[in-house]
Amino acid sequence: MKILVCISHVPDTTSKINFTNNQTEFDGNGITFVINPYDEFGLTRAMKIKESTGATITVVNVGPLSTEPTLRKALAIGADDAVRIDAEPKDSATVARLIANYAQEQNFDLLITGRESIDYNGGIVPGMLATYLDIPFVNACIGFELDGTNAQVIREIDGGKETLEGSLPMLIAGQKGLVDEKELRIPAMRGIMMARKKPLSVISAGDTTASTTVISFELPEAKAACTMIDAGNVEQLVELLHTEAKVI
Amino acid sequence: MAVLVYTESWNGSFKKASFEAVSYAAQLANKLGTEAIALTIATTDNAAQLGNYGATNVLRIANESLATFNNQAYANAIVAAAEANGADTIVISNTNNGKAIAPIIAAKRNAGLITNVIELPSSTSPFTVKRKTFSSKAFANYSTTAAQKVISITPNAIGALEVGGSATSESFDYTATSSDNRLSSVSVDRATGKVSLTEADFVVSAGRGLKGPENWGMIEELAGLLGAATACSKPVSDIGWRPHGEHVGQTGIAINPELYIAIGISGAIQHLAGVNASKNIVVINTDPEAPFFKAADYGIVGDAFEVVPKLIEALKTHKANN
Repeated sequence: MKILVCISHVPDTTSKINFTNNQTEFDGNGITFVINPYDEFGLTRAMKIKESTGATITVVNVGPLSTEPTLRKALAIGADDAVRIDAEPKDSATVARLIANYAQEQNFDLLITGRESIDYNGGIVPGMLATYLDIPFVNACIGFELDGTNAQVIREIDGGKETLEGSLPMLIAGQKGLVDEKELRIPAMRGIMMARKKPLSVISAGDTTASTTVISFELPEAKAACTMIDAGNVEQLVELLHTEAKVI
Repeated sequence: MAVLVYTESWNGSFKKASFEAVSYAAQLANKLGTEAIALTIATTDNAAQLGNYGATNVLRIANESLATFNNQAYANAIVAAAEANGADTIVISNTNNGKAIAPIIAAKRNAGLITNVIELPSSTSPFTVKRKTFSSKAFANYSTTAAQKVISITPNAIGALEVGGSATSESFDYTATSSDNRLSSVSVDRATGKVSLTEADFVVSAGRGLKGPENWGMIEELAGLLGAATACSKPVSDIGWRPHGEHVGQTGIAINPELYIAIGISGAIQHLAGVNASKNIVVINTDPEAPFFKAADYGIVGDAFEVVPKLIEALKTHKANN
């Protein structure tokens, strides 16, 4: 069984976001990049499948050379090999198409992505990738159990969850729930050493024409100072919500 | 070149986000000099009411094979309706179901897909629209030159606008194919009577300051009084005090309600990312240095166990007098 886990290289969740070049580019200065947290839940789920079935895990990323440490981290966690599709990812649809071009010939049984990346939050790659590969797609996946080639998948719906069944191949776009937070793995020294020797192949991207373009970024306007209310005068809050904010 | 808007429903009734989507589609159609056609699937609600939000015609699919949500089948039905009606722009709500169908539609139509959209386009040529990005820490203006477009709009970002029109309605047919049915639904487990977080106008949220899951009674009482959805911080969902589906923040659900009340949450940058688009933020925290106060509109420094019961009483009094 072959599993592909798509890895997005994103700013750490604590990052302060700034833009450069006349607000047209993300400012990566001083930013620590990590495996997209949603992808990390997926990678950990893949590791559990690997440990119970002997599956192999390939991780893939579309990005320049600077994203390789993130792929190495995925190898240190336990993926078997990594593929970097060499391109500056211009938009989500392009990323989906490039991964589909690669995955088309590889016959993966299961593809796992995060439900979105925490930087651009498009939530576009998983559904497009599945559609290009003509396989079923489950979004916002919070549970996945495999029995041979049959899978039981739980997805989050607004206000609840739905359980689905089907056979592989399929693509699941995961988040917390796929595994628990405490099950996430920190690469051990042995894993980091082994990761250095694992194959990381670089393939050229080909056509990277994008259909959407970022014209400019904006930061939210600074909030006005907070109106402080005395804990002994909670009625004032209700009054302000009624007369000033006009929400109640 | 019409605009087609998919209006999602739950148990046969339109979701609030669907009225917003129709309003958006109608205003967009007006900018483009065309009409907004709505498509609804397995809805028993009165379709003509969508005219009140600006739709001119409503296509209704009542085919048994689409009685329950199936992302492949619903996406293909929407594509078929767009093709049959010459629609080149499709509007969808960025709900959980919307997110599960928008990329499929975009891939099938070779369309430019822009998600998390919060405003009408600032320009229609090139088509340029503002979206949330970096987990609500920033906005980005995106443009697309694709002939086909799919626009997924954030619930609660664009209000539903009643224009008092009426819409015609007609049936449209689509039958799920075997390819659509490669996955089958086994069960749906949805809390009834609860307000959905992404669509809620009011959200009451609590964090570790509550000290334990047994103390959520007052949070639920406060939420009940306001008709609010309940939410929680990441640590609280990680330790299992509250279900994961309530986690708001950067790696949870992003929300933008009219009113967000945060109780016993310090306001780490990852939490703020998911909630700072809320129109009014109230923070109740024992620590006057809690970073959340900097992002709040109204703040109370105090113990949640004293402040929240008082707030509940004050709200009851307010309700009785208004």
